Amino acid sequence: MKPGPFVYHRPLSVQEALSVLTDVGHEGKILAGGQSLIPILNMRLASPSHLVDINRVPGLDEVTVSSEAVRVGALVRHRQLERDTGAYAANPLLRQALHCVAHPAIRNRGTTVGSIAHADAAGEMPSVAVLTEAVMEIRGPSGVREVAADDFFEGALETCLDHDEILEAVRFGRFPEGTGTAFLESARRHGDYALAGVAAAVTVTDGTIVSARASFVSVTEVPTRLDLTEAVAGQEPGAVDWSVIDDLVQEHISPEADIHATADYRRVLAGELTRRALAQAVTR
Amino acid sequence: MTEETYAIAVTVNGVVYHRSVPGRRLLSDFLRHDLELTGTHVGCEHGVCGACTVLVDGEPMRSCLMFAVSAPGHEITTVEGLGNTPEAMNPVQQAFIECHGLQCGFCTPGFLTTITAYLRDHPDPTSAEAREAISGNLCRCTGYQNIVKAVLRAAEIAREAPAAASTSGGASA
Ligand SMILES: Cc1cc2nc3c(=O)[nH]c(=O)nc-3n(C[C@H](O)[C@H](O)[C@H](O)COP(=O)(O)OP(=O)(O)OC[C@H]3O[C@@H](n4cnc5c(N)ncnc54)[C@H](O)[C@@H]3O)c2cc1C
Ligand code: FES
Ligand code: FES
Repeated sequence: MKPGPFVYHRPLSVQEALSVLTDVGHEGKILAGGQSLIPILNMRLASPSHLVDINRVPGLDEVTVSSEAVRVGALVRHRQLERDTGAYAANPLLRQALHCVAHPAIRNRGTTVGSIAHADAAGEMPSVAVLTEAVMEIRGPSGVREVAADDFFEGALETCLDHDEILEAVRFGRFPEGTGTAFLESARRHGDYALAGVAAAVTVTDGTIVSARASFVSVTEVPTRLDLTEAVAGQEPGAVDWSVIDDLVQEHISPEADIHATADYRRVLAGELTRRALAQAVTR
Repeated sequence: MTEETYAIAVTVNGVVYHRSVPGRRLLSDFLRHDLELTGTHVGCEHGVCGACTVLVDGEPMRSCLMFAVSAPGHEITTVEGLGNTPEAMNPVQQAFIECHGLQCGFCTPGFLTTITAYLRDHPDPTSAEAREAISGNLCRCTGYQNIVKAVLRAAEIAREAPAAASTSGGASA
């Protein structure tokens, strides 16, 4: 349960980090909060020969709220974003979801951007990224490119990030006025990875629903957004029979079985959580 | 091939320690092996059990999920820094004794650090909040009931004698 040997790099700027990553090629790994990477190293599931610790790079730990987005830098810890009142006011879903990410001791060190780069479909924040139509700010040797969350996640733990690129910030989108959000999940113990989870956003204009969408945790291979607008548009939020979305949800998800739950159980759970999350979202 | 080492200066319980360590030395092993501060315990080494929890700049973190080379510039507090003599016990330690909050004691250092930081931010928790506060720490002996009681009792002790609630300061060595 100890990592293999590696050369430790501690760059003091993004440029320096990028040049190390370019030099060491596929043997390099970025170390952010280490709350996903270090368990992997300890268990020797990976043994990169170079670690590039970005924790000393200044300027990456800022949360900035604009009219369109909440921009979260690569070194913003889950806990910092969870507590940020500006971010909460701009998009309450961030705090609602972060409360379910691991235990406080993990959130104190782990970064939100790192969990998105890690791209675990059992993670809460990749799912929030797709629901809010987040934009990934990726810096590589030839400058910055911006990638939509929908195009960023490619498979289980796979993204479009190249080995010599840094995910410098994530801009989580803000919802239109009149939108309520909710995040619900079920785990064996609060803070553990969820058996199933759902993020929901419903927009109401002049007393009727104009849009509804959801994204999922632990029941899809990659985080994806499900648009439920057609099923409920035009209805009064207080009078909706949310079971009309059941078939859409069941078609969308593809849960798998593991020691914690069967695939069928996860299906039932995801359906129920989605109905409840939508109903909760319209009351906010 | 000999492994490259890095000279580091790490502040633990107010004392600055200078050592030379390989990059892969976990902070938990650094504390236990290099500094011989064996109060910090190691259970799972992947973040799940909480036995290795220390305070980094006052906030609980897993020392098994940090490298020693990342620690310079931070103030580390281990269970030894909580007031480790029978005369100067921290309220949480006192409450653990009063409420019988430990049996074998393996998990205890992680609970003490976690709860100390929690009560600083939440001085008057409900029983449900106390449960959630310790949900990231595993104990195989007690069944948790007495640990929950100890959280509530510690809050009481801290309120009665706020001056005793602080952690110890330190010198340089
Ligand atoms: C006990 C435990 C329980 C947990 N429970 C949950 C949970 O319920 N839900 C959840 O979502 N997460 C959970 N986590 C994981 C946690 O959220 C991590 O903090 C997060 O997944 C990774 O963030 P990090 O900063 O620690 O990244 P690291 O561990 O440092 O890195 C993770 C990966 O992303 C890469 N990376 C990191 N930052 C960047 C960047 N800026 N650019 C490019 N690549 C980058 C690294 O190279 C590495 O491959 C848990 C962890 C533990 C130990
Ligand atoms: S040893 Fe660090 S959490 Fe278990
Ligand atoms: S007292 Fe034995 S593990 Fe907690």
